[in-house]
Amino acid sequence: MIVEFFVVLGLFFLSIGTIGLLRLSDTLERMHATSEATTLGVGFTVIAGAIDFYPDQIYLSAILALFFLFMTAPTGAHMIARATYREKGGKNNVNQAKVKSESTLEDFI
Amino acid sequence: MIIEYALTISAILTLLCSYRAIKGPKTADRVVSLDAISTNVVALAVLYAIYTQRSVFINVSLMLAITGFTATVASAIFVREGDLIK
Repeated sequence: MIVEFFVVLGLFFLSIGTIGLLRLSDTLERMHATSEATTLGVGFTVIAGAIDFYPDQIYLSAILALFFLFMTAPTGAHMIARATYREKGGKNNVNQAKVKSESTLEDFI
Repeated sequence: MIIEYALTISAILTLLCSYRAIKGPKTADRVVSLDAISTNVVALAVLYAIYTQRSVFINVSLMLAITGFTATVASAIFVREGDLIK
């Protein structure tokens, strides 16, 4: 019973992540939706697997997978965000914003 | 019964994630979508382990998590630098 509860909870978060990936409008918004919701969804699913296989020693492997996922998913999301932020010609480019502010300052002076 | 429905729904969700990988306007959207797919496949492996009661697939999910993280980091470096090996 508790295994099904955690599976349904994980599936709910996976659905939220996928809907956010499909419906939101910007790259950073999509990454915000998937990296949080999908990590929580897979986390609850792996907890369900660990509870289901509890007397067997494989539940330690499931907990290890959960720990590894919680360590690596924010790292990957951060790398994608930084790559998007520094992409050339993008909407969120930091160099474009700097050039724009400098030119407006010179015009003002 | 619930596990079978969960397997079906998460497979459909993984398939829906590939829409953004095909149609994404920029390369970063495709990288985000592939990251989401590789994270969903981990959940699919765990659900399949619960469904068949074979504990081998927990190890499969662990290896898929490691491979997905490596693929995400390599794709992010490709988006940022434009090239992997210089």
